[in-house]
Amino acid sequence: MRELSLHILDLVQNSIEAGANKVTLEIIEDIHTMDTLMIRVTDNGRGMDEATCKNVINPFVTTRTTRRVGLGLPLIHMSTERCQGYLTVTSTLGCGTVIEALYQHSHLDRPPLGNIVETIKSILIANPELYFSYCHTVDQTVFSLATQEIIEILGDLPLTQPDVLVWLDEYLTHNVMNLYNSRNLHGGV
Amino acid sequence: MEVYSLKTIEDLKRLRDQVQAETRVRHESSKQIIVGMGTCGIAAGARDVMSAILDEIAKRKLEDITVRQTGCIGMCEKEVLVDIVLPGKPRITYGRVTAADVPKIIVEHVINGNLIKEMVVGKITE
Repeated sequence: MRELSLHILDLVQNSIEAGANKVTLEIIEDIHTMDTLMIRVTDNGRGMDEATCKNVINPFVTTRTTRRVGLGLPLIHMSTERCQGYLTVTSTLGCGTVIEALYQHSHLDRPPLGNIVETIKSILIANPELYFSYCHTVDQTVFSLATQEIIEILGDLPLTQPDVLVWLDEYLTHNVMNLYNSRNLHGGV
Repeated sequence: MEVYSLKTIEDLKRLRDQVQAETRVRHESSKQIIVGMGTCGIAAGARDVMSAILDEIAKRKLEDITVRQTGCIGMCEKEVLVDIVLPGKPRITYGRVTAADVPKIIVEHVINGNLIKEMVVGKITE
């Protein structure tokens, strides 16, 4: 995938397919000290046993019934290997799964984070029953958002109400841009 | 209409109060748009199609549209797949949808109820 935010969308989809109703996304960018970018997706889905956990990076291992190939995890795994990084899959059957991907931040082959705003919007709007929380740290600056907070305010107004959609776009764009100060976000830096 | 910044949680509270104060007719059944978001869909550009759909809803101020995601249904080569379900009508699947096709699908099908035959890949009757 061209952007890490597309891999993130894919990982969250995996969590939803595993039956999770609670997903946490953490993005931790340590540009000036450790030179790392870490993505962690934690869910409370059905989890995997130890054997499946180890095999899941194999493209020919999948829970899909429509095809015998599942490329999501193998692709993100490959992307970490190109950047002095790693992918770990930790899971407890019946409890949930944690996927952690680490990249060297300044590595030339690291895909850009890309349009994280559109990824978050997609997740929030298309999955109104999902408790999703997003926490993004860039060096010392943090932005976090939780669906509980927004739904409490909205009451019975749906996220697809046109004015709410506009608000969500501006709120996310503004706050994510603040994380990087003057750096351009859209278009994949 | 009062113009204010839309960048904080406080703004959402004000927006909610304003919208709730206006009388709106709530229809029982809503129109559904479902976008395929398996790995194949995402790789084919499903997120951009989803964004285009949300932009049209915001721009045209369309109420009572439910937007959902689905996993891979097996027609990977036809991604991005977008399903439209209008109340009382069969579920229509459009294939090879791009962000540029979205305004046409919204206007022709979602608003006016007319199928775009050349893009249809499947039809499910209840």
